[in-house]
Amino acid sequence: MNKLNIIVCVKQVPGTNEVKMNKETNTIIREGVEAIINPFDTYALEEGLRIKDKTSGKVTVMSMGIPTVADLLKETIALGADETVLLSDRAFAGADTLATSYALSMGIKKLGSYDLIICGKQATDGDTAQVGPSLAEKLKIPHSTYIRKIEEIREGYIRCQRMTEDGYEVIEMSLPAVITVVKEINEPRLPSIKGMMRAKKANVTVWTADDINADKNLCGLRGSPTQVVKTFVPVHEVQSEMLEGTPQEQAKSLVDKMINMQFKTCK
Amino acid sequence: MASINIQIEKCIGCKICIGSCPFGAIKVEDKKAQILENCTMCGACVSSCKFEAIDFKKDEVAYSYDLASYKGVWVFGEQVGGTPANVAFELLGEGRKLADNLNVQLSAVLFGDNVEEAARTLISYGADNVYMVDHPTLKLYNDEAYSDIFVQLIQKYKPEIVLLGATTYGRSLAPRVSSRLNTGLTADCTSLEIDPDKKILLQTRPAFGGNLMATIICPNHRPQMSTVRPKVMKAMEPDKSRVGKIIRADVNIPEVVSVKVVNVVNNLCEMVNLTEADIIVSAGRGIGDPKNISLVEELAKTLGAAVGASRAVVDSGWIEYSHQVGQTGKTVGPKVYFACGISGAVQHLAGMSSSDTIIAINKNPDAPIFKIATFGIVGDVLEVLPALISEFKSRLG
Repeated sequence: MNKLNIIVCVKQVPGTNEVKMNKETNTIIREGVEAIINPFDTYALEEGLRIKDKTSGKVTVMSMGIPTVADLLKETIALGADETVLLSDRAFAGADTLATSYALSMGIKKLGSYDLIICGKQATDGDTAQVGPSLAEKLKIPHSTYIRKIEEIREGYIRCQRMTEDGYEVIEMSLPAVITVVKEINEPRLPSIKGMMRAKKANVTVWTADDINADKNLCGLRGSPTQVVKTFVPVHEVQSEMLEGTPQEQAKSLVDKMINMQFKTCK
Repeated sequence: MASINIQIEKCIGCKICIGSCPFGAIKVEDKKAQILENCTMCGACVSSCKFEAIDFKKDEVAYSYDLASYKGVWVFGEQVGGTPANVAFELLGEGRKLADNLNVQLSAVLFGDNVEEAARTLISYGADNVYMVDHPTLKLYNDEAYSDIFVQLIQKYKPEIVLLGATTYGRSLAPRVSSRLNTGLTADCTSLEIDPDKKILLQTRPAFGGNLMATIICPNHRPQMSTVRPKVMKAMEPDKSRVGKIIRADVNIPEVVSVKVVNVVNNLCEMVNLTEADIIVSAGRGIGDPKNISLVEELAKTLGAAVGASRAVVDSGWIEYSHQVGQTGKTVGPKVYFACGISGAVQHLAGMSSSDTIIAINKNPDAPIFKIATFGIVGDVLEVLPALISEFKSRLG
């Protein structure tokens, strides 16, 4: 089998389990929240590593972010990534998904030839799921989303399963292409001792906007058609009613109330 | 380049701005605020400062768009097998309001094979026009072919607003289209409004797992594109007597595509599609043992409901991932949601808190799920569920 070149795109996100609200100011407490690799991207990386294991190919991990993201990229080396590239420049700040896809596409073009780009299905901070398809468009290559299994991959060809609302579809694409993956696709490995040693010594390549020949008008805030005009904390005002008694009494009073609300079963 | 700066002489170090920053990118040192490197220039802090000490300079964007030439509201009429998805009707309901507000027409966009009947249905749900591309190669959803045709239509007819359902297909098609058009796209909007002065679309969506809502605009690019989750907007009652125009759109259907759907497997047909379900019964870790899933399934069967699950249950391997509700699973908004033994982590709530009625059953009276529940039952799920099943069976069976 021919060696395949895989690129995995990852994003730094806040470790969301730590999201806590400040009850006085009604805002999110962000201090002391650790930064992690977007959980969905770890499945993307694992899938890339599995293809590498099978085809003795190469995995390059790319991210766009602030300089400290380099530390997270080193973690991917510990897992088995061969190379890591961080796109970091003030010109990238404030990028929406369009400007992010543009910057990533320019970084990928600089990397040269590749067979498959893998992204997580979405990032846990923004939840947009837009960068994968948008990146494919910028590179003018096909894409497919919500991939739960790669059935076959070889030079120029991939057949994979895409999750849908009702089940899944089997999709064939020519390569190079972009896929975004769901967590069902695999179980990510843990870093090996050897990998951790390698990560310690590894260098993360850092490229600026100029390094990737990016047009600064298309990067960051300037290159972002969307703008956030307001943020606010949603108010959930729910009048909860607790139902008392034995399980039988509780069940009876719930069904009473639901019949009162004109509840109908869906049968 | 855009910049954001603290005007030191105005800053009193009150720290209010710190809380307003969704990215933790402000710190206060020596009673003066500082903007840190991880600032994304979202501008959320600017209005929080009572002393006008935050100076936000946006770029003057030079754009070549003739914004006024873009008119009308479009809705993607997603269909499978010739039947429009419910979310298309919901978007038409919402789109109708936006179009009336702007005094423009509402149109649906429909791709498929033999879909004229579906086009008439879309009109009965509020569309003034349906731009239809009816062709055998469009029978199954295809990212490449669909996005290509969609872009051609937008370039030709220039709508100012384009809405798509935040479904598997919509969330794949929308970014592909917006990226080719180099316009903005806002995902998973929960509220859409028209700014009364500027007549632009105000798109509000949750971020950070629903902890924060953000209102987003796309002021200088057209069309303004949004995806909206199923069950968020309300469809109008269909009216078969409504009159609308079906426009057989003249487009080039790409002959060679590099993406092909070779097989469709609907293995979830036995149960109701979670995202479209009106009633969902969900299992959490509180059910204690995988064999107790059967209790949840029995209640679901009794009610004609779909079965959901928390992440903990899925991660333990008790049920398949396709059942997972929450931030990393599916977002649902049924009429009634039963949370059985689910404590209500914020990530789970993010996926179901828009349900109309929430019924929570949990041993722990302090479980966060009770804060958003319409009805709460403190008790052992394993005792309450059988009681509920027999009560529902005897009263509504």
